[in-house]
Amino acid sequence: MSDAVTVCAASKIFPLARGQQMVALEVIDLTVAPGEFVSLIGPSGCGKSTLLRLIADLDQPTTGSIEVFGKTARQARIDQDYGIAFQQAGLLPWRTVTGNIELPLELHGVGKAARRARAAELLALVGLSDFADRYPDQLSGGMQQRVAIARSLAESPELLLMDEPFGALDEMTRERMQNELVRLCAETGAAVVFVTHSIPEAVFLSDRVVVMSPRPGRIREIVPVGLGSAGNRDDGLREASGFFAAVSAVREALHGSSGAEVRGEETLRGAETLRGVETLRGVETP
Amino acid sequence: MTHSRGILLGALGVVLLGVLWEVYKALGPANGAVVNGLTILPRTNDLAMPHLVTMFTRLFEPVTSAPGSPTLWSAVVQAAGFSLGIAAVGWLIGVVVGMLLAILMQRFRTAESALLPWVVLSQTVPLIALAPLVAGIGSQVRFGEARWQDWMSVALIASYLAFFPVSVGALRGLESPDRAHVELMRTYAVGWWRTLVTLRLPASIPYLLPALRLAAANAVIGTVVAEVSIGLRGGVGRMMIEYASASSGDPGKPWAPIFGAVVIGLLSAGLVAAIGLALRKYRRGEVAA
Repeated sequence: MSDAVTVCAASKIFPLARGQQMVALEVIDLTVAPGEFVSLIGPSGCGKSTLLRLIADLDQPTTGSIEVFGKTARQARIDQDYGIAFQQAGLLPWRTVTGNIELPLELHGVGKAARRARAAELLALVGLSDFADRYPDQLSGGMQQRVAIARSLAESPELLLMDEPFGALDEMTRERMQNELVRLCAETGAAVVFVTHSIPEAVFLSDRVVVMSPRPGRIREIVPVGLGSAGNRDDGLREASGFFAAVSAVREALHGSSGAEVRGEETLRGAETLRGVETLRGVETP
Repeated sequence: MTHSRGILLGALGVVLLGVLWEVYKALGPANGAVVNGLTILPRTNDLAMPHLVTMFTRLFEPVTSAPGSPTLWSAVVQAAGFSLGIAAVGWLIGVVVGMLLAILMQRFRTAESALLPWVVLSQTVPLIALAPLVAGIGSQVRFGEARWQDWMSVALIASYLAFFPVSVGALRGLESPDRAHVELMRTYAVGWWRTLVTLRLPASIPYLLPALRLAAANAVIGTVVAEVSIGLRGGVGRMMIEYASASSGDPGKPWAPIFGAVVIGLLSAGLVAAIGLALRKYRRGEVAA
């Protein structure tokens, strides 16, 4: 079976005013295996979201090629080979929770009964069965994001693209959502490309963490995490020594030789789930 | 209850207006105040400012002293119904044209650059200048056996005033969806038409409803003014002119068609409010996550 995502020597250059240009992504090579969870992490401007947008065919690479399940990114988008979730839930406010989850199915001509059944199934999966007929403005931010994730799973994609989906949530909701995402991935077997700012989040979720650096955006290092199968990842893992070792490895990769580029804000945000000494260390890092 | 409170306050406003009228009439100078030939305070005699009672009792008297003449209020109701029908036709044409223009401008950037200045400019042409022009051109139009009617000219002029707020409001509404929503539709690989129907049109409704209300008010004003300038009989516009000439001997009479115009305005605003009620699920906002 072909890889879920193959990024081959892809670069992205945005033209600016007066003939100048901004190199958002230098030549990038990356493969994601089927069922693999890969996080993209790095400070603002490192091109992690741009890379995700290239995979989703929301932007086209300036050079190089992107393949999703052996097809071009464009063909994969047309064939609905991936589901996507953004930082904002992006639900349509005039549709009920069920209506929002049914949206992609409806647009692709799935019959009404089949849509209802699938929506009910997904609502059970994300634990919102009691909220099927509510409207988005009646839900909390975390619930809205769960609906958005259910919507991205509607067509049972083999690949999930997620751009900081928990970025706007509070810490407690965020950790719960991470636990749920691990469970969902285990149940659906989908590959995931996950963009995040948070080191502990990336480590907790991923098989591999891709550490990126800005100006120009490039991959600095790929850290294999390997904290075991999804089945035994739970809150206990957040306290395990292996977890902390991986967090340190990612942090060192982030700061690396040109650590000064990583702004304090990024470090703080990355470290905020760690308690006590860990947090202090995060603050001290320049 | 905020709802009944609103009704109460609205009624209070009307009563206050009546009280102000009567208080000024009682206290103001009978022949007004004139400084250097300039009237700075209106006259308060019974001809210029009839008592409210005169206006209302006049409604229940016959239109003229001729035998068999209907009561004034029934004549006004008939005229108001006539005008409301024309205004409704004008409003409908205006809404359809305004929506089509907005959709065209949303679809093609160049169309927006080319059309929008003309849309804005169109509203600077005075109605009085336009009315005879439309009637003149209309009189040369024939559809087979059917001839262009004067009421069609009036409806056309009403639609000319109505389309403007609709096209501007709808354009803003159609362009209101977040980038994330538009991109979501792109990831679903659906084209412009499906995006319009599932995303842009529903998203435009909160912008469209105030525009529809403005369009309704504009259509009513356009109808009344166009009736006067074209000289169409049967509506409240012409009735105002006819009855104004009677004011010297019958001061309550000219107020009747004015009340008729007010009722038309209220009715059309009510109709738009009913549309808004039917579309209320599209007026929900998404709470930021």
